[in-house]
Amino acid sequence: MEYRRPSPRMWIARQAVLGTSSLILLAVLGLGGALLAGGTGAVIGIGVVVAFAISSWFVERGRYRSWGYLERDEDLVVRRGLLFHRLTVVPFGRMQFVDVTAGPVDRIFDLATVQLHTAAAATDARIPGLRSADAAGLRDRLAQLGEARASGL
Amino acid sequence: MPAGSSQAPALAGTWCRLHPLSPVARIGITLGAVLVGGVSWVAGDQSSSGRTAQTVVIAAAAVLGVTAAVVSWLVTRWRVVGDELQIDTGLVYRQSLRFPLRRVQAVDVVAPLTARVLGLAEVRIVSAGTGHHQHGRLAYLSNQDAALVRAQLLALAHGLSPETPEPPALPLFRVDNGRLITASLLRGLWLIPLLLLAVAAAVAAINPGAPAGGAHPDTTDTVASLISAAVTAVLAIGLEAARAVNGDFDFTVGEAPDGLRLHRGLLQKRHETVPYGRIQAVRLLQPLLWRPFGWARVELDVARQPEARRQGEARQLAHLLAPVATLEQARWLIGRLAPGVPAPLTRSGAPPRRAILRAPLAYHYLSIWHDGRWLVTQTGRLRPALVIVPLEKAQSIRLESGPLLRALRLANVRIDTAGRRWVAEALCRDEGEATLLVEQLGGLARQARRLSW
Repeated sequence: MEYRRPSPRMWIARQAVLGTSSLILLAVLGLGGALLAGGTGAVIGIGVVVAFAISSWFVERGRYRSWGYLERDEDLVVRRGLLFHRLTVVPFGRMQFVDVTAGPVDRIFDLATVQLHTAAAATDARIPGLRSADAAGLRDRLAQLGEARASGL
Repeated sequence: MPAGSSQAPALAGTWCRLHPLSPVARIGITLGAVLVGGVSWVAGDQSSSGRTAQTVVIAAAAVLGVTAAVVSWLVTRWRVVGDELQIDTGLVYRQSLRFPLRRVQAVDVVAPLTARVLGLAEVRIVSAGTGHHQHGRLAYLSNQDAALVRAQLLALAHGLSPETPEPPALPLFRVDNGRLITASLLRGLWLIPLLLLAVAAAVAAINPGAPAGGAHPDTTDTVASLISAAVTAVLAIGLEAARAVNGDFDFTVGEAPDGLRLHRGLLQKRHETVPYGRIQAVRLLQPLLWRPFGWARVELDVARQPEARRQGEARQLAHLLAPVATLEQARWLIGRLAPGVPAPLTRSGAPPRRAILRAPLAYHYLSIWHDGRWLVTQTGRLRPALVIVPLEKAQSIRLESGPLLRALRLANVRIDTAGRRWVAEALCRDEGEATLLVEQLGGLARQARRLSW
């Protein structure tokens, strides 16, 4: 069985956020460096930002690629993490509720995060970067399965 | 049942107020403290105009407190209809609470000192939930009513007729008070005052002050403040120990058909009932300083929201199976609750040898064991902990590994329970084994759930 992946839009959204913050940082550090130490300062400032942006880009890409989820007959499997791998298995019968959230950036890109809650606070089954329609569909499917397989505490 | 002790009308579905002495029990101690503190405050002031003002302030505070307590009593009503406990309360913000009794996780009867003197007790219904006021509290009822309410709530929670009398409990285990006191005093925290005193001694030795009228006032000051800090630490630790002893004094465990009965408390008496099917996890702890004596602590967890905002409350809510017991007693108790579980574990469930690189101290304690019903994991370095989870209660299963663990081809498996306080952890397992374990435990948990339904 293949893991399903978040929408490629999530990667675009992440890159957009990274690009915007890098540009702001570039302006601040470049100007600050230029004011403090002239030409060399500006070059150092820009160099730092570029190095940061490139390394972040690789980290973000790794993170994006690590996300995956799998709906099986009886449970949902979510995996994530670049450096620290995490795999969470939540039986449908244990699901207490499902919520779908979308932050401002998510909304621009028509994305949403689906989160599963069980009675245990430690459960961290979260699937980010789904298209809103997919997220709603997944939520409804999960809610239905949860109802069908529900068991008491 | 004799005619005199007939059922409280509220149990038959009539709206009732709580016991008329409830306001007294509720604010008794606070009111006393305010009055005593107030008198000394007034007596300390010399000017007569100041005294009048202070008296007015104190009287106003006392009247306000009494009025609030009385009003709160006046507007609170409760009853049991069908299998639902209903509580209506609040003057300005009306609150209507409904507790489906089939979902009750545990029923506690608590009697703080003031209430005990008045012959009253509070009934607390613990239910699983995410809100802030999920505990149904009936504060206060007469002792007799409290016992009746508890019996009826538990009967309903088990789907029996409410008239079912409370089944008698078989005494199972009793904690020796002397041992409880000793154990409460055995704390690693004693290192703090000891260290402070050692530093004070060192300072005094290196830099001896002149005998009298000190030539080195700095040294004397430092030593004095270190000693006073040590004294404060000793007092704090003593107070903490006293609180633990007060809470767990005369600890007894009883076994009844409808659940475990736990009784404890010196000043404040608590009677807790935990239905067997509601136990989410059992934990056996061996604090470092207890190990020479072979003592252990056994805790229980039921589904409830964390009350971390109030530390004291959280401790009170944690169900203890035994505040201190010998390992043998602890094993026996666990065997009673979870038949077939070996405690502590044999080394059959040990992680691979190379795990010693990741967890050199804990390695010899790490292990996992499971059969179709129970999952047992052991972790810990200085404080070995054994967590026992009924597989049917497993909420989710996690597989985790960081860079270091991956380099050693190891992974951690964690099993979450609804108790929200502990996680059963199988640390440093072989990667292949861990993946298999996640699948296997998932399947076993599913079967266990089916069987229990």
